[in-house]
Amino acid sequence: MTDQKTIKIYLYTRFERLWHWFQAAVVITLIITGLEIHGTYSFLGFKTAVRIHNYIGLTWLTLFAFFVFWLFTTGEWRQYIPTTKRLFSVVRYYAWDIFQGKPHPVQKSTHAKHNPLQRLAYLGISAMLLPVQMVTGLLYYLYNDLQGFFALSVLAGIHTLIALFLLNFLIIHLYMITTGHSVLGHVAGMVTGWEEVTDTTAIEDWETKAVRKN
Amino acid sequence: MKKRIVFSCKMAATAIAAFLCFLSPAFAATPENSDDAPGRRLARQAVKGSKQWTTTDHKKMEALNKDFTSGEEITRACISCHSEAATQFHKTIHWTWLASEDKTDLRYGKAGFSVNNFCISGNAMEDKSCLSCHPGWDKKGVQGEVNCLKCHNSSGFNFEEALTDVKSFLKDEDPEAHEMAKDLQQDIKKAVTQVTFPDRKSCGDCHFTGGGGDGVKHGDLDTSLTKPNRMLDVHMGTDGKNFTCTRCHTTTEHNIAGRIYTNPAVESRKSLIEDDLAPKITCESCHSAMPHKNDSKMNDHTDVVSCQACHIPSFARVNPTMMMWDWSKTGKMKDGKPYTEDGEFGKPVYKTIKGEFKWEKNVIPEYYRFNGSLTSTTADDVIDPGQIVKVSQPVGDKSDPQTRIFPFKIHRGKQPYDKVHNKLLAPILSGSKGFWTTLDMNDAIERGNKTLGLPYSGQFDYVETTYAMPITHMVAPKENALACTECHIRETSRLAGITDLYMPGRDRFRLVDTIGWVSVLGAFVAVLLHGLGRFFMRNGKED
Repeated sequence: MTDQKTIKIYLYTRFERLWHWFQAAVVITLIITGLEIHGTYSFLGFKTAVRIHNYIGLTWLTLFAFFVFWLFTTGEWRQYIPTTKRLFSVVRYYAWDIFQGKPHPVQKSTHAKHNPLQRLAYLGISAMLLPVQMVTGLLYYLYNDLQGFFALSVLAGIHTLIALFLLNFLIIHLYMITTGHSVLGHVAGMVTGWEEVTDTTAIEDWETKAVRKN
Repeated sequence: MKKRIVFSCKMAATAIAAFLCFLSPAFAATPENSDDAPGRRLARQAVKGSKQWTTTDHKKMEALNKDFTSGEEITRACISCHSEAATQFHKTIHWTWLASEDKTDLRYGKAGFSVNNFCISGNAMEDKSCLSCHPGWDKKGVQGEVNCLKCHNSSGFNFEEALTDVKSFLKDEDPEAHEMAKDLQQDIKKAVTQVTFPDRKSCGDCHFTGGGGDGVKHGDLDTSLTKPNRMLDVHMGTDGKNFTCTRCHTTTEHNIAGRIYTNPAVESRKSLIEDDLAPKITCESCHSAMPHKNDSKMNDHTDVVSCQACHIPSFARVNPTMMMWDWSKTGKMKDGKPYTEDGEFGKPVYKTIKGEFKWEKNVIPEYYRFNGSLTSTTADDVIDPGQIVKVSQPVGDKSDPQTRIFPFKIHRGKQPYDKVHNKLLAPILSGSKGFWTTLDMNDAIERGNKTLGLPYSGQFDYVETTYAMPITHMVAPKENALACTECHIRETSRLAGITDLYMPGRDRFRLVDTIGWVSVLGAFVAVLLHGLGRFFMRNGKED
């Protein structure tokens, strides 16, 4: 086994962290209230659930516009460009290598914060699921003013399906947090901005030999 | 490093505070006790300063300062000033008992071919017991004169009885009888001058006891509305707005606003702002079509759901109402005699002369689409005896802008029909030859159908029927309006019968839900196995 040293790099800017946790709160609230409106359970009361769902949904929709603006002005959209390069080694890592304690094949850096699998997943969510969810949500909200524009049943069907897909994502996402260098390593990274990564600076053999104890 | 964490925490706190501030105006706009619902504001304006006033004191009217010997004399005294009153009244359904203005059109109306599943038919005013509710003198029907006092007198005095006594006393030779007649005439004179607009009791004397008793026919009209509290009816409550019936049932030329069989109460729903002379018969008249607070989702409901659907959570909330009347059970005897058996509410559940009844209290309505018109099966319409006959049913279509989801009392019954002609029959009930005396249904039908000029084959049987009555009175205070989940709920939705629309909370697509939940469950199982795998493999570390 090669010896590995971890260092901390400042990976997530203040805005990114703020946006991340804001979205986390929003998505969870929307799922909880949304499923109540769907009739899955009764928790806050239908009326309260509808109210919260509407306000949070509209808030998110408004702020999402700012996020999209930020994404394009800062060039951060490039983080979401999909690539097949090393995609399969990442898949292989999560399917096999992780059980053997092998290192992650892709290093995080400020220029590439997401591994190829993350890029695909986040692109799919940000560019497909969320926009569709926001549009169907808005049309659902405005249904009464846009009579006959769309059947409510179609809107509700799509909105429900995507909500459950997002819940699916949430479960996997929460689990993936635990696959960092320590179980809560990734959480700390998203709170402070400082992520623990393996130091990729080449270490010459003579350097390490001098300090090795075993 | 630590500094950064502290700073991050501060930032997070600021962000959360900012987020809450962003939301707070939305919540702050609708505090619990605020009362800024436009519909209530409008309605308050519409009924402001409603004190009635008049330029006439009937006690001083020379025409009424008479010793009356008959009802007709009183009516003539009224008409001597109110010259057009009787002429106007003669054209209304209250007098003719026919829905159409055309007096020869007998299709709809108690004096026509209309039947119901209570006392079945008015038998063209031949069934005299029905005429106790006809606003003429001495049950003479349209042959007699209008009895103005039936609706316009507040004395509670029994004029018909007193005048009958006066007549017989005057015929008597005994001077003492003449004295008594004089006394009675003094009482009559005093009572006659107590002229008023109709009050709740004037209308209720007939409309609260339709079908032959308190709460028999309507579920939302019974004697509990003579002096209701606001919990029973927020508008009529004596501790609320204290409305009389005519406050909403506004009148032109003695035509009182309200539905008449197939004719809706109004052609279109208009508020007084749109048309200040519109009848006040709809909720929208005073409350507008957007009555709830401006940001309220409830306003989005008003184009589909009637106000009544949510604001009348149940009917017959004080007095019970009859829900079923089975004529096929008539004729059972106890010790060889007709009898009555009382049930739960102190109301009869069996009467030899009428059959079997069911009564209920706090009844949850049934909901149908309704455009204000009821269509009915008359004694002249062919029925299918293999099915439950809808004697009266709401008309409404999703695409019709006048249609709303509306609450109904559905009265179920079993009544006679002609096995050969397949038509509902109209037995005559009261009188010496009526069913209630003879208990001979075949003979009663023979005589009853003759009054309507309709043929009878001589063979009858009983058929199950339903009779729909819109529920529009007994509007509860707003805090008692239905909660969302009375309808927006999976299994127990009150609108389970309305299947042509998608309702959040009630409806779902099984396929969508299945795919979605399988994916969620799949993700859960996958991460669980993956996690267990990592745990047991200890990330490949050997120690």
